[in-house]
Amino acid sequence: MSTFLFILKIVALIIITPIVGGLLAGLDRIISARMQGRVGPPLLQPFYDVLKLFQKESIEVNRMHRFYVYISFIFGAFTTIIVLMGGDILLAMFALTLGSVFFVLGAYAANSTYSFVGAERELLQIMAYEPMVLIAGAGLYYASGSFFVNQIIATKVPAIVYLPGVFVGFVFILTFKLRKSPFDLSLSHHGGHQELVAGITTEYSGRELAIIEVTHWYETIFALALVYLFFATESVTSRVIAVLVCAVVYFFEIIVDNGFARVKWQLALKTSWIVTGVLGTINLVVLSFFR
Amino acid sequence: MNLISMLILFPLIAAILILVVRHEKTRDMIVRISAVVTAVLSIVTVCFYFKDGLLLSFGNEEVINTIVIAVEVVLAIYIIFTGIKHKKYLASIFAAIQTPLLLWFEFTQETGIEIKTAMVFDKLTAIMILIVGVVGSLICFYTVGYMKDYHHHHDNLPERKNFFMAVLFLFLSAMFGLVLCNNLTWMYFCWEITSFSSFLLIGYTKTEEATNNAFRALIMNLGGGLGFAIAIVFIGMNYNTLELSTFTALKPDAMIMIPVFMLSMAALTKSAQMPFQSWLLGAMVAPTPSSALLHSATMVKAGVYLLIRLAPLLGPTSVGRMVTLVGAVTFIMCSLMAISQSDAKKILAYSTIANLGLIVICAGVGTQESLWAAILLVIFHAISKSLLFLSVGSTEHQIGSRDVENMDILMNVSRKLSICMIIGIAGMFLAPFGMLISKWVAMKAFIDSGNIIIVIILAYGSSATLFYWSKWMGKLVAGANAHDQKKHVLSLEEQTPILILTGLTVISCLTFPLISQYALIPFLSDAFGTTATIPIGASDVSIMLIMLSMLILLPFGFNQIRKNDKRRLTLIYMAGENTGDNETFNSIAGSKQKVVLRNWYMEEYFGSNKLTLWSNLASIAIMCVFILLMIWGVVI
Repeated sequence: MSTFLFILKIVALIIITPIVGGLLAGLDRIISARMQGRVGPPLLQPFYDVLKLFQKESIEVNRMHRFYVYISFIFGAFTTIIVLMGGDILLAMFALTLGSVFFVLGAYAANSTYSFVGAERELLQIMAYEPMVLIAGAGLYYASGSFFVNQIIATKVPAIVYLPGVFVGFVFILTFKLRKSPFDLSLSHHGGHQELVAGITTEYSGRELAIIEVTHWYETIFALALVYLFFATESVTSRVIAVLVCAVVYFFEIIVDNGFARVKWQLALKTSWIVTGVLGTINLVVLSFFR
Repeated sequence: MNLISMLILFPLIAAILILVVRHEKTRDMIVRISAVVTAVLSIVTVCFYFKDGLLLSFGNEEVINTIVIAVEVVLAIYIIFTGIKHKKYLASIFAAIQTPLLLWFEFTQETGIEIKTAMVFDKLTAIMILIVGVVGSLICFYTVGYMKDYHHHHDNLPERKNFFMAVLFLFLSAMFGLVLCNNLTWMYFCWEITSFSSFLLIGYTKTEEATNNAFRALIMNLGGGLGFAIAIVFIGMNYNTLELSTFTALKPDAMIMIPVFMLSMAALTKSAQMPFQSWLLGAMVAPTPSSALLHSATMVKAGVYLLIRLAPLLGPTSVGRMVTLVGAVTFIMCSLMAISQSDAKKILAYSTIANLGLIVICAGVGTQESLWAAILLVIFHAISKSLLFLSVGSTEHQIGSRDVENMDILMNVSRKLSICMIIGIAGMFLAPFGMLISKWVAMKAFIDSGNIIIVIILAYGSSATLFYWSKWMGKLVAGANAHDQKKHVLSLEEQTPILILTGLTVISCLTFPLISQYALIPFLSDAFGTTATIPIGASDVSIMLIMLSMLILLPFGFNQIRKNDKRRLTLIYMAGENTGDNETFNSIAGSKQKVVLRNWYMEEYFGSNKLTLWSNLASIAIMCVFILLMIWGVVI
């Protein structure tokens, strides 16, 4: 019976996660539109878009190109499941990196100018945010004594008490993960208010584009789940607060997205490495004195 | 004659045979057979002694000692004279100091010291023998095919293939000796032989560059060897022992830090840690098999092997801290510098130094967990790195270049080689492959031991690692049109080792829980006297195995999808300026312009000239500070 429940839970998560992610994306578009003085699309618009993309004819530039998107999707979903099932957070991060690398490889495989530039920028973005992601994982372990999500949220004191610096740094690099301006160099994903030609996704159409969108929904939930970990403890109130914080952080990212123009890669790399270095190091070193 | 002696002597005899046999076909056959026999011999030895281990003493130790001394003297005289001949006086000076020093010690001081176990075979030795024996032999096997092509492409060079291959086997013999010897004077002897062999291999082509680089390697390693010699004399005179195992079991105090420091310096030079990294970068002038051997299974692994043995005396001690920090500087800086390289062998070289840095950090931290990571890193690195070197060597013959930028056609020239290379690269940095598993445990170990700065360095270094490997992989999957690229036949001697190593890369990931349970845990429990635990939980292991099987199965699944779902092909997007062939576009002037796609190297940030200077200064500063602290007696 328990195995059955286990599988049921996984299946439910696989289905529900992108639905929540898609709703968030819809909400995002409405809020962004209001900020720009427009009414915006209906809440379910992202789902309509994805469904429409699925119905389009899929054309491709070569026979291997789409393979990488499928793998990236599978590992994106896999990561989210690991975290939501209470698994090892560092392992989830590694699995996500695997998915991201495959996404980049897909862009390389097109062997096309625009997607090549996108791939290069995407790699740069990964390099820019990865240290902070790893430090966040390390910090959560340092604070709670476990890499496992279900043990991190079973503590008495929320991790944010020990890791305020790491949290701020993490929110900073979240802008990369959520593909928001000023750090959406590789894709110009949200709003499309900056460039006419998409970078890394240039050569994808139809079904693959839809899969990329859904992968992104999974990743959004994964990113917010990490935010949740900083606040959640064994008490129910803290978990409610944690969810509220996730909402606030996401709203903050929308404001940032609408408030900033995209920066050059040099600035993106420098700022995120400096923010990571300063906040991450100071926070963990101070913490080590109290341990 | 016991198995152990056979293991050391067989490659030696093979080397002599290869050197004297003039007939090429016969010689090649001898190389092939010797490679296979060496591999089988090492596997048999390990199977035989793995369970109980072995403490070995020889009845005729005096005879062996005399031979060792005689060879050392001859070697020293040779080095002194060639040093003078090539005006590399430093090499001569080093040789002229350390050999007389040891001779004096052995004839006047050593007499009272009794050596009970000259050789020790434990689980770590077993792992090292398997690495040297299997990976090393595969490289030797590969050499047969490679060197034929090599002299095809470099017909202006004098052909001394027999010499080259003989030295490779000599190297294996010395490495077997090195990992088996518990008697420090013998270990030192093997240590010097490996330094000398690498000198011979690097200088193989006899060009000016090769000679210079060979001497640089020799000088640095002799300098390290001098440290080793001083350590031996110090240990012998103060602790009345010459056994490594007895020495590492001593309690760490202020005085013992002096030999530990000397031995660590020897290990750091051998493992090409900053500021001694330049010899390994220079070693790239040699034919690829020798680079593969130096980088993966032998030479550099000797250094980290010694550090792992010394680990009980490292950890929180001053030398331990120094080793950790030097390793950290090396790891981060070389990972960053690798980004700015486009020559595949240079990338591999920087990556080797960086990974050795990581192993050095793990050994320096010296906890059970970190050593677990260190030993697994040694294993996985040896396999993946040799695979990459061998495939780069063959790629160079296939497409006439080893620049990563030119490898975008490789998929259409040799699909097999391409895929092997992709697996090798994945093995170096991606989950769920071995290097990543070890990095993960390393990170856990660093947090547990409170080395926060190292955790942060690891996070940055890993990100840089991801960048340079991914862009290389990207070129490999690009699948650009190979046009009329002439196809070479990938000879069987080249293909077999590459395929076996590819298999090993995957298999080692599948079997690492077994390695951990049956080799690492017993070894670490023994070394520390407390039961070691497996750092990765069973649930994580199963998730990783699921990931690995997905990665293996998905390509086959995709093949099925692709067959059933044929789609319309279209041109890539070129803002409407396509000419119809995906390779050119209409320029403003109206002419056809070729599309050139080049990866980012970000010279202004990660260029090696600037960074090398600063990182050398940083590691020298670290060493100086710790030497001063030790002299002042501030830290133990």
